[in-house]
Amino acid sequence: MSEVIVVTSGKGGVGKTTTTANVGTGLAKLNKKVVLIDTDIGLRNLDLVLGLENRIVYNLVDVVEGNCRAKQAMIKDKRYSNLYLLPSAQTRDKSSVTPEQMLSLIEELREEFDYIILDCPAGIEQGFQNAIVGADRALLVTTPEVSAIRDADRIIGLLEACETKKRCDLIVNRIRMDMVKKGEMMTIDDVQDILAIDLIGAVPDDENIVISTNQGEPLVGTDSLAGQAYMNICKRIVGEDVPLLDLSGKKGVFSKLSEIFKKN
Amino acid sequence: MNIFDMFKKKNSGSVAKDRLKLLLVSDRANCSPEIMEQIKNDIINVIKKYMEIDCEGLDIQITQTDSEAENGSVPALIANIPIKEVKH
Repeated sequence: MSEVIVVTSGKGGVGKTTTTANVGTGLAKLNKKVVLIDTDIGLRNLDLVLGLENRIVYNLVDVVEGNCRAKQAMIKDKRYSNLYLLPSAQTRDKSSVTPEQMLSLIEELREEFDYIILDCPAGIEQGFQNAIVGADRALLVTTPEVSAIRDADRIIGLLEACETKKRCDLIVNRIRMDMVKKGEMMTIDDVQDILAIDLIGAVPDDENIVISTNQGEPLVGTDSLAGQAYMNICKRIVGEDVPLLDLSGKKGVFSKLSEIFKKN
Repeated sequence: MNIFDMFKKKNSGSVAKDRLKLLLVSDRANCSPEIMEQIKNDIINVIKKYMEIDCEGLDIQITQTDSEAENGSVPALIANIPIKEVKH
């Protein structure tokens, strides 16, 4: 049975596209057949984060307008044979696609894929409506900042108002444990307490994210804290019971020692 | 209150949480300032029938209060109405 997941946040810049890329790649690593759809028409970025920007021929608007078949537009990732990307159009605007068109495209893709993951644009306008209309569940990405949390709360309200009930899980992104320890950043519990939805994962603010985005290679599944956190989220999506990661970045005696030796 | 508390600054993390909690209650209630003003005027008109109140000092806001039924808090409309004189 296939599942359609929308990655959304309300506020821009909190990590929707990075989350989509990593969750999608992680699910592919778990041997699921996955297609990622970039629904941010006019501001295409998911292709870049995945390192597939040079292979685009057709895009989402071409598919819904019937210029090509969905199969022709989907880019197959060479690193993971069961990961596909349906890129967004860069030179069109949000009104180029209607919710009805999105619905029928998703129904078509359900036949072939285990997971269909939609990268939602920022905002709550038509692009948002297009992205959520066919989704079974939502991953709500927020950071521990007041503006991002306020917008996330608004999104929860809009998702609850949908005709079809959607499960909605929270991802707290860019947590800085050093600041949390000093009391200068809201804790994961604080954020969850305010938004009152289930937590599916927390991702630390990790410089490896910047590096992996620079290289166009999602870091899910690597040893970095963020890589582990994303892999845990993927495992929870497929139904595994994984305990929350310790994000404090505490290091054992041996890794501290080896660091000292590396420096010398 | 502990004497040391006066010198201790509240951490910004808990300031953020408190601010958000208050804000989201009114966000969720979808109450615009205009509607709040109307509610305020209606309350004044009702109370005025029975007692003389200080209209300037009247303050109403949507906030949160601890609930006994559920384990958590529920939104509540709190009105603080100073009475000048009770009519007989």
